[in-house]
Amino acid sequence: MSEVTLAELCIFAASEAFRGNGEVVATGVGPVPRLGASLAKLTHTPELMMTDGEAYLVEQPVPLGPRGDYQPKFAGHLPFSRFFDSAVWSGRRHAMVTPTQIDRFGQINLSQLGGTHQQPKTQMLGVRGFPGNTIYHPNSFFFPSHTPRVFVAGEVDMVSGVGYNPAKRVPGGNYSAVDLRVIVTNLCVMDFGGTDNAVRVVSLHPGVTFEQVQEATGFALERGALTETSLPGAEELAIIARLDPHNIRASVIKDNPPARPGQA
Amino acid sequence: MLDKRMTPAEIVAQLKDGMTLGIGGWGPRRKPMALVREILRSDLKDLTVVAYGGADVGMLCAAGKVKKLVFAFVSLDAIPLEPWFRKSREAGQIEVMELDEGMFQWGLKAAAFGLPFLPTRVGLGTDLADLGGLKHVQSPYDDGEVLIAMPALKLDAALLHVNRSDWRGNVQLFGPDAYYDEWFAKAAVKTYLSCEELVDRMEDHYPDTAQANVFERCFVSGVTHIPCGAHPGSMPPAYGWDMKAFKAYTDAAKDPGDWNAVKDRFVGADEAAYLESVGGKEAVAALPLPVF
Repeated sequence: MSEVTLAELCIFAASEAFRGNGEVVATGVGPVPRLGASLAKLTHTPELMMTDGEAYLVEQPVPLGPRGDYQPKFAGHLPFSRFFDSAVWSGRRHAMVTPTQIDRFGQINLSQLGGTHQQPKTQMLGVRGFPGNTIYHPNSFFFPSHTPRVFVAGEVDMVSGVGYNPAKRVPGGNYSAVDLRVIVTNLCVMDFGGTDNAVRVVSLHPGVTFEQVQEATGFALERGALTETSLPGAEELAIIARLDPHNIRASVIKDNPPARPGQA
Repeated sequence: MLDKRMTPAEIVAQLKDGMTLGIGGWGPRRKPMALVREILRSDLKDLTVVAYGGADVGMLCAAGKVKKLVFAFVSLDAIPLEPWFRKSREAGQIEVMELDEGMFQWGLKAAAFGLPFLPTRVGLGTDLADLGGLKHVQSPYDDGEVLIAMPALKLDAALLHVNRSDWRGNVQLFGPDAYYDEWFAKAAVKTYLSCEELVDRMEDHYPDTAQANVFERCFVSGVTHIPCGAHPGSMPPAYGWDMKAFKAYTDAAKDPGDWNAVKDRFVGADEAAYLESVGGKEAVAALPLPVF
């Protein structure tokens, strides 16, 4: 069997974010989060709910990319026209997404970089559903390239998603559902379990040091247990391979490195 | 008037400079693109466009038709960043009101119910309220919760593309998701539809699929028959989006980067010429539905 890749390690770590979440819609946007959510459903957390990536609920996660003869089997219907009522504003969802920027408060940005709101230097997608997602249900993040351009110093250029920034909290508002869970990157796994929800490194991927992670981050990180991030086993790898028959995961992290450096 | 049939030009003639115009669909899906092209062939200007945006928004921005855009995203999905929208924004050419996707439909619902606003938690803790001038409101009950008052998104007119209609405006919408077309229709003073299939009396042809009547005909002011009217976007279950066309459109934003130089390719002199230029009905019908 070929060596476990870093992308596969990240998928396995992403799947852990969904462990024991209950009957909520697990949404993974992008190949690694989606494979992570799917792996969670097929292993430790079968009660998770999931869509086909469009509008139908499936009990068997749909493989990525062109499907050939594979026909998704629909168990239910969750179109966008019902999505806010049923999943987002009811809090029955956990999403893992990849914003363009994130800051020390967990505030995220998918909308614009630089310039002003009237004339941004770089226009991206817009805030999409981030403001609603972050005030109503748990969210986790995946970043294939852990750099200070993503983990920015100061604050993100436009706050598209709620974080733990006290200065941003209008008094009297209800922030009880703000629940930022896990950040998986190509270097480590982090959470918001530090002092006053500060970002904390929980585990380091094989061969990575805390100092390396700190160097790649625009703000000060706290030290958690700093265990080594677990690698997926044969069962998990087989499921991942089945869910990603075109090996789209190989294109997620630059040069598709192995999980253990030097064992390519 | 019960017979609501109009030509695309008659529909566009109902729209006035400075109007607030809602456009149904979602990104590159279920967009009334033929009606958007008809606007692009007209002198209409200074529009406030309210849309879950795709190439409809990109083209109207590129052509200088948009004074203000109310949006949560503008995207072609497989090409995530809409190139012409991006160009307009980075040139500072349009005013914007940026909203969360859920707030957006909430604003349509407020308008549909004739309310000044609907309360929501969404937007708290982000930059949306400050940038968009959104005000807060406090619950008058014991909880005293402070919320954002999402203002009604009142539309002077809405444009939608539907699968099927009769001349009275009895519609049937198919495909996996009708998005918020229902609420665009209800939020607007007048709603104009293009349809893939036009029948005389729905009850004589398709009584068995009446559940697909997502909104009622009292919300419809005009109907026009434009097969392939969502091209280059998708119209499930009839056809998928045209990646080749989207790529050409995206490339043109870089080279030559001037809408006037490429407008004829993406708009056409009239709809028949446009459809011909993309291979005709058969070619559009053969476009595969996208896989997500």
